[in-house]
Amino acid sequence: MQVTINVNGEDRSADVEARHLLVRFLRDDLGLTGTHWGCDTSNCGTCVVLMDGEPVKSCTVLAAMAAGHEVRTVEGLEGPDGLDPVQQGFIEKHGLQCGFCTPGMMMTARALLDRNPDPSEDEIREAISGQLCRCTGYLNIVRAVQWAAQHPAEAEQAPAQTAGSAA
Amino acid sequence: MTTVEESAPAPEPAAAPEERPIGYGRLRRKEDPRFVRGKGHYVDDIQLPGMLHGAVLRSPLAHARIVSIDTSAAESHPKVKAVITGATLEGLGLAWMPTLSMDTQAVLATDKVRFQGQEVAFVVAEDHYAARDAVELIDVEYEPLDPVIDARHALDPGAPVIRDDQEGRTDNHIFDWEAGDKAATDAVFARADVVVTQDMLYPRVHPAPLETCGCVADMDPVEGKLTLWETTQAPHAHRTLYAMVAGLPEHKIRVVSPDIGGGFGNKVGIYPGYVCAVVGSILTGKPVKWVEDRSENLMSTSFARDYHMHGEIAATRDGRILAVRVDVLADHGAFNGTAQPTKYPAGFFHIFTGSYDIEAAHCKVTGVYTNKAPGGVAYACSFRVTEAVYLIERMVDCLADELGEDPAELRMKNLLRPEQFPYHNKTGWEYDSGDYPTTLRKALDVAGYQELRREQAERRERGELMGVGVSFFTETVGAGPRAHMDILGLGMADGCELRIHPTGKAVLRISVQSQGQGHETTFAQIVAEELGIPPEDIEVVHGDTDQTPFGLGTYGSRSTPVSGAAAAVVARKVRDKSRIIAGAMLEIAPDDLEWEKGRWLVKGDPGNARTIQEIALAAHGVLELPEGVEGHLEATTVYNPPNLTYPYGAYICVVDVDPGTGAVKVRRFVAVDDCGTRINPTIIEGQVHGGLADGVGMALMEIIAFDEDGNCLSGSFMDYLLPTALEVPAWELDHTVTPSPHHPIGAKGIGESATVGSPAAVVNAVMDAIGVRHADMPLTPGRVWQAMHGGVGAPQ
Repeated sequence: MQVTINVNGEDRSADVEARHLLVRFLRDDLGLTGTHWGCDTSNCGTCVVLMDGEPVKSCTVLAAMAAGHEVRTVEGLEGPDGLDPVQQGFIEKHGLQCGFCTPGMMMTARALLDRNPDPSEDEIREAISGQLCRCTGYLNIVRAVQWAAQHPAEAEQAPAQTAGSAA
Repeated sequence: MTTVEESAPAPEPAAAPEERPIGYGRLRRKEDPRFVRGKGHYVDDIQLPGMLHGAVLRSPLAHARIVSIDTSAAESHPKVKAVITGATLEGLGLAWMPTLSMDTQAVLATDKVRFQGQEVAFVVAEDHYAARDAVELIDVEYEPLDPVIDARHALDPGAPVIRDDQEGRTDNHIFDWEAGDKAATDAVFARADVVVTQDMLYPRVHPAPLETCGCVADMDPVEGKLTLWETTQAPHAHRTLYAMVAGLPEHKIRVVSPDIGGGFGNKVGIYPGYVCAVVGSILTGKPVKWVEDRSENLMSTSFARDYHMHGEIAATRDGRILAVRVDVLADHGAFNGTAQPTKYPAGFFHIFTGSYDIEAAHCKVTGVYTNKAPGGVAYACSFRVTEAVYLIERMVDCLADELGEDPAELRMKNLLRPEQFPYHNKTGWEYDSGDYPTTLRKALDVAGYQELRREQAERRERGELMGVGVSFFTETVGAGPRAHMDILGLGMADGCELRIHPTGKAVLRISVQSQGQGHETTFAQIVAEELGIPPEDIEVVHGDTDQTPFGLGTYGSRSTPVSGAAAAVVARKVRDKSRIIAGAMLEIAPDDLEWEKGRWLVKGDPGNARTIQEIALAAHGVLELPEGVEGHLEATTVYNPPNLTYPYGAYICVVDVDPGTGAVKVRRFVAVDDCGTRINPTIIEGQVHGGLADGVGMALMEIIAFDEDGNCLSGSFMDYLLPTALEVPAWELDHTVTPSPHHPIGAKGIGESATVGSPAAVVNAVMDAIGVRHADMPLTPGRVWQAMHGGVGAPQ
């Protein structure tokens, strides 16, 4: 079946089987491999993307169900002026190690901050509680989201200079 | 040489560029810009032209004879390119492969299946969905056999013989292994005032990295070269094993370990799926991708632990620990696939004497086969130091309970003293350095231990169950000295190459690879510290056997102790050469120069100097060099560690237990680690955080369980529970610094410390809360409730 999904602001179409999952559509058909896959049972959350602004687990959304909707992936986080504050926060606070859960965590964080610009620690933990991280023990993810909340615009300055600089 | 640093809370991040460390210190990771943009490059991200997809058919039974396999329907599927069975592989001599413990493992089953989830057939098809569809079309007839599930009955007379593929085998016994002095230990026990005995199970758990295992195999039929992108922690060792097993010439194999989504020991071994993908690529002439799903990962790849331990501790009435002995029954599953240095079939379990000054110790470990998945050394365990630390730290708490002593005071009384180092323990280890009492005192101070005990007493009066648990661990990591340590005959030394380009930019090639540890950052910092070249000017190349020197890989916390040492040594070689070249540039004897980070100065004339960058350019230029000195500025080394390193730490956990449900809430967790020299404190803290979450998970939630028929009950993340952000507290970290005296930069490794040290602290806290001597992990609400009400742990 032919589906058209608005992905990161662009309409993208493909001919897919009815059982085709959104995560496969993004990764295999569009080559957007920033969205990961980790469990197929909606437990790990490495596949989280935003659909119409809400976090969804793309391993349990059929591509056909996303047709006509707006999907935002990690590749759509960075704006023309630089990194999203959430991305910068993960760098600043060492909110990632292997990087596998990171895109899903960041998308959830983006959605949280969009509806609640100043979340408490408990609210952040609750927001990411449907997702697993095996590396960080979560504390630095919480701190990364807090950093993003405290720096809503700062990340958009000279993001390319971040690698290897002092933390 | 012991120094204790002040507490170092995480500073504000926004340091000015001029403050960035050229060397050790808090540095943002070089890896992060690609990861936060979704531009990491994991195995499953690889798309090659014409690439096919593989899927594995797995056994639904734990133990059964294969009567027949009918693949005709699968082969008729329009998108299927190949169906591979054990018979196919037998024709190639590949039906069985060696394990990392010198046993054999079926690649695809030929005679029997020996665990649920075992690989039976492999389908290669045009796409992922078609491969999975075709797997369903394969018809296998099985004749079920009685399984051996409970390791405690594996050696019963008449137990089904699992490994009847081995000529003459009549039982399920794998090995007996001992360490320590049995007679001396028995003698101490005979005269001890107090002996406490406790049985405990360290249950089967799973590392469960978020990225499952997988590969892309691409055999170029013209060049005869195999490129294998693999989720492996040990690319060089894998290449050599493929060469030895498959008969492929080693120089025609390239193993690439790209970005890896967590390893934790799960990605050390060679799995049947990798071999099948290689065979699939050879048979079809196309690249073949195979990526297992989560159930396959949990049910068939390397598990961890599964140690049934009978511990005994002997002490004087006034709390002086005299001796420890332990008898272990080790469940190794259907194939002995544990990964550890050859001479040590129980890994480094014999460091179970822990951090204490005792007179005698003895352990005996018996390994057995069961109808469960193979594996056993994984999950950040430092080659079974995890089991050892859990054993001794639980036994010390059992002793404290017996004596009515405070567990922290009992530990303080028995810890090794600084003047005893280097310390030779009773089972053969030489602990390199330590100041244990200082570290424990610091942890008690950070936790406010006395105040916690007062609060606990008050709460108890109100009927509230609060517990405080202490553990003190010593690890032995950084395997290891090649005279004693090898894996399948490959010595555990690691190579390293450093080249300084004419413009002063450097490329460091290391043998280990990263699964998230941040090697691209920390290894650049090691070189930066030695040479004064900014870390951003140092590219670290890793994870590709065509581009890096040989070495055994990243596991057992060995990257910094072994490869980190190699990086420092190779940088010092470059520095030594740069001195000669600087001398030629300044027309002065090299001995008249002195080093200041980044440049050589003329002694007594510090204005007269040459920077490392100037020297690099001159080394590639027309400068006349002293006789015997080659041009360019580069060096290689192979580092053979003289000893292992011994990171240690003191952990304190505070829990609240719901008296009505048995649910445990971890309220606080204080971790004071000593990993010697600290290269990047931010990365160290991250490693500790992750390990502490592992510890909470194992103590409270995680278990790979089986029913009596051998059905795996933990085959998805709905059943194998991992901690989320809601189950773990805001970790409280501190540290001491006691450098390793034999390591070039004094670093000891930190990757597994918290996973090793924390489960005992959590369990000790829960037992303290409910006033019970012991209950086995995982301390789920049901188990805690049972323990509180006089029952035992829930059935396995």
